[in-house]
Amino acid sequence: MQRSMLDLWVGLFVIAGLAALVVLAFKVGNMSSTGAGETYSLQANFDNIGGLKPRAPVKSAGVVVGRVTRIEFNNDRFTAKVTLTINKAVQFPKDSTAAILTSGLLGEQYVGIDGGGDGEMFKAGDNIRLTQSAVVLEKLISQFMFDKAAQGQPNAQK
Amino acid sequence: MASKNLIEIKDVSFSYGKRLILSGINMTIAQGQVVALMGISGSGKTTLLRLIGGVMRPTSGEVWVNGVCTNDLDQAGLYQLRRQMGMLFQFGALFTDLSVFDNVAFQLREHTQLPEAMIRDLVMMKLHAVGLRGAHQLMPAALSGGMARRVALARAIALDPMLMLYDEPFTGLDPISLGAIAQLVRQFNDTLGTTSLLVTHDVAEALDVVDDVYYLADGKMLAHGSPQAMRAHTNPVVRQFVYGEIDGPVAAQYPVGDFATALKLRKQCAA
Amino acid sequence: MLHRLSSSVSALGAQVIDMVLRLGYATRFMLLTLRQSTTCLMRPSLIVRELYYTGTLSMVIILVSGLFVGMVLALQGYQTLVTYGSESVLGVLVALSLVRELGPVIAALLFASRAGSAMTAEIGLMKATEQLAAMEMMAVDPIARVVAPRFWAGLLSMPLLAALFSAMGIFGGYIVGVVLIGVDEGSFWSQMQSAVDVREDILNGVIKSVVFGIAITWIALFEGYDAPPTAEGVSGATTRTVVTSSLAVLGLDFILTSFMFRGV
Repeated sequence: MQRSMLDLWVGLFVIAGLAALVVLAFKVGNMSSTGAGETYSLQANFDNIGGLKPRAPVKSAGVVVGRVTRIEFNNDRFTAKVTLTINKAVQFPKDSTAAILTSGLLGEQYVGIDGGGDGEMFKAGDNIRLTQSAVVLEKLISQFMFDKAAQGQPNAQK
Repeated sequence: MASKNLIEIKDVSFSYGKRLILSGINMTIAQGQVVALMGISGSGKTTLLRLIGGVMRPTSGEVWVNGVCTNDLDQAGLYQLRRQMGMLFQFGALFTDLSVFDNVAFQLREHTQLPEAMIRDLVMMKLHAVGLRGAHQLMPAALSGGMARRVALARAIALDPMLMLYDEPFTGLDPISLGAIAQLVRQFNDTLGTTSLLVTHDVAEALDVVDDVYYLADGKMLAHGSPQAMRAHTNPVVRQFVYGEIDGPVAAQYPVGDFATALKLRKQCAA
Repeated sequence: MLHRLSSSVSALGAQVIDMVLRLGYATRFMLLTLRQSTTCLMRPSLIVRELYYTGTLSMVIILVSGLFVGMVLALQGYQTLVTYGSESVLGVLVALSLVRELGPVIAALLFASRAGSAMTAEIGLMKATEQLAAMEMMAVDPIARVVAPRFWAGLLSMPLLAALFSAMGIFGGYIVGVVLIGVDEGSFWSQMQSAVDVREDILNGVIKSVVFGIAITWIALFEGYDAPPTAEGVSGATTRTVVTSSLAVLGLDFILTSFMFRGV
């Protein structure tokens, strides 16, 4: 086969392959997690993180603003210390709350931040004081049964 | 004008594992000679050729080519030596994915920086010398055995080597191609001033073109002399080879017991 | 009987030792190939020529297989997902399966049987017809001229082929899922985009395919170079290439997956 024809076909092959990679990267995958742009980190302590995993999204008003980067056990307070990496463009007031929510009914868990009203914003490395733990199914059931039992009691007492 | 000895083989032995293939070989080939190395199949001829080409190292003894001992050469030195050698393989060994032209041009493209126009001229010259200039576009698969062998010859002499090694160049050729190759061997040797070593068991053709003959049997150099001397040799082994006699010192049958006994026609006789 | 048992045990031991020796030889061969790669890296035309045979000629089988695998994934996936009312995540199912696993692995298996066996047969035949020896006698190192360009071509084509497979498969999944079955197009792509991570999934898939490419090309080239110069020798080497590289791909896939997708 002629040299020039050979080069042409090989060139086409390489272009096709690279195009496939690019399509996969941009159309199929999501680029926001490649950490483009500046970020800062915040800490939050939760009594129970439920099924939260590293790299879970951090959302506020439903929009992804960052990622969970580390989850550790705080042995002094027996809580879970979660490190969040937030986009630098997004700032939260010092009285914002962080809660562990579930997307959909059985979906993955994420950290939702509700903006507060304080004038001062969090600085890098600050601790979010107001946190809400994940909903644990067993506690929910026992709470429900306790409430139901408490409801039944006054009736029985009558 | 004293002709230098191009190849000197001093007391060389070669074993492959436990098998002794060559022992106590002594050879000298002067520059400009055409020398035949003969022997029956399995006598060690090809091994000796490989030792000269530096493909293998002798177990003992020295191989001197053009004043350099091949025993001590490293890879780079060997390649340097081989640039001055050309080898014709038994069935040509042409590169099947390249055309005839590209095959002959191979060494020129790999080892020289010559421009394509000059390479084209050189390749055509070599192909013309072997009578195949018109076939330069063909692929090796389209060539007959004789033609392939001639193309391989053109490829081997592409860099005008000082030493040509031929591994069974006449095997399996029709009489016409045979004669053509034999004539080319002699022609190239005389016109290019090369030295040629032919490994062959084709007695008739070889004895017509060579200056000197070495005869190998069982890994030992049994006889050495001019073609006339070989034809008139008294050693029965040599005579059997030269005149193609079926039975002589070299038995036609592979060593085995008595056939009649094997067929149970008579009981095994006590000797 | 005891004698027969002991002789078969010692035969097994000899086989194991033989395998270890062969592996050592293969490693030395690979190191030699890498060392001799300077020639072909400075003359890219050699690699380009091999890229045509390993890459371009494999494109058809890769694209067609990718298309069918993607279509089947969508078909089968839909059956299961619709029972949980989650058919909108069909795109995620197809994309993740392909990009993480099926793309690299199936493309590698196809590559091994097509390009790998071709490389083994070609080099084995070159050895049998004394072409490699002729090259040596012409002071051209066959490893630099024949083996190294094929190695780099295989290494380069593998990730490209895997990407083509995955992309084609996702397209096939789209055709079946959205066009034929009627899953919502918007949620097909948006769910996929939010679930497939470039660094985690796509990059890992690319890394996997590069590793597979190295393994397959290494095995194919070594088997060809080491093949006995006979008809049976070359055919045995070709078979061994396909079998060994397929097993290697599957084994490496497990090892790589357990490293990459730990605890996600």
